[in-house]
Amino acid sequence: MKKEDVPQDDANILEGKFKVVKYAVNENGDYVVVPSVGWEPENVALEQAWDVVHENVADAKKKVQAGESSTLAYHMEVNMMDPALLAQHMNLPARTVKKHLQPSEFVALNNALLQRYADALMITVEELKKLPE
Amino acid sequence: MSEKEIVVPFDHQQSAHCETGVISNLMRFHGLRVSEPMAFGIGSGLFYSHMPFLKLNGIPVTSYRILPGHIFKRFSRNIGVEMKRMSFRDQDQAMRELDKVLDQGLPVGMLTSVFYLPYLPKAYRFHFNAHNIVVFGRKGDEYLVSDPVMDGTTTIHRTALIRARFAKGTPNTNGRMYYPVKVPTDADLKKAAAKGLRRVARDMANTPLPMFGSKGIPYLAGKLRKYQEKLGDRRALLYLGNLIRMQEEIGTGGAGFRFMFAAFLQEAATLLDRPELREKAKEMTAIGDQWRECAFEAGRMVKGRSEAGSSFATLADRLVAIGVMEQRFFKDLARTS
Repeated sequence: MKKEDVPQDDANILEGKFKVVKYAVNENGDYVVVPSVGWEPENVALEQAWDVVHENVADAKKKVQAGESSTLAYHMEVNMMDPALLAQHMNLPARTVKKHLQPSEFVALNNALLQRYADALMITVEELKKLPE
Repeated sequence: MSEKEIVVPFDHQQSAHCETGVISNLMRFHGLRVSEPMAFGIGSGLFYSHMPFLKLNGIPVTSYRILPGHIFKRFSRNIGVEMKRMSFRDQDQAMRELDKVLDQGLPVGMLTSVFYLPYLPKAYRFHFNAHNIVVFGRKGDEYLVSDPVMDGTTTIHRTALIRARFAKGTPNTNGRMYYPVKVPTDADLKKAAAKGLRRVARDMANTPLPMFGSKGIPYLAGKLRKYQEKLGDRRALLYLGNLIRMQEEIGTGGAGFRFMFAAFLQEAATLLDRPELREKAKEMTAIGDQWRECAFEAGRMVKGRSEAGSSFATLADRLVAIGVMEQRFFKDLARTS
């Protein structure tokens, strides 16, 4: 890739915080580092990955609203976790976490456990118990 | 926790990749100048593997480099750097140890999860648990951070740093930290570069299993041909998007580290006085350009904008062609190095 061909397709992925660097050759054929704000295929692939996350969150929200899942299931998806990963953070078996994704089980949880879930998901217990406005 | 303010005079330089960037920056602090591509080459970082049996977030792992952490290990071995490596069960102990080393005036490298690094752009923050950063100071509860992929230094709150250091998943980061205790500033770079180069050439050309080395590329092509039929359109495109990300986005410097490796070959040509390596660098650049073409085409497919004829089959054909080029390239390099 030539220096002048380093793409600058800005999809605001870097939020203007910084530019990443790519390796490309200059007019003498020597490699140099060149800052870049992004490249269309990268942007598209990243957007695709986020679409999946957003779909999972939307699905979880629907299930909570339909009374099929506890609010824990929603906040787990917001943190891009599955029961196995959340279980590791909680130091609990995955099947226990899965159980807590059911509304009937979740309402019976004691405050200490709720607090641990809230910490693992970086929210307050109040937030854990509801969907965001 | 110690209350003393400490700022280690650390010269941060931006790099394309976190691990090679940390190596280059830490070595410079300790008086050994190696560029990022040189660190990548000496550490024999370049590789290729497609592992359908190993999945991350439900998608098979494709990698353009050796395992995380191994570039540093190979680099250290080839140069004769002595590293102190630690991991912890206890969070407070992990932070105490970090403070202790900072108090000695030493910058500390560590493993983090990008999901828990608030200073990074939101779009990057997936559960990727193999991100290397350097902490080089502390002001109250704020730690000074040199994140190699950023153009300047930044800070992170103690609470956030603890989260990032103790992320769970693949892998658990376990508070892992490391710092050089002995850096030979008179190291024989020539010997180390030649050794690193030989190892890459040999592994790319000769690793026996079909999914590893340059023949892993046509192996992926074979899988790719069956993606739509096997997975359906949606998942097939997700797999494809993941390939693009592994190749271009995760700090590879472009074309799945191929351009960084070409930059290494150029430096090695001068260092080892082997002008033919400059020609090899040119060849590797051309191969990297082919990888970029693939990503471009894949991107159009993911976006649903591909022109007629652009399909999984034609993409697979491109990959087979790249595979042939890389096989020839590395066999030749292995023979002459």
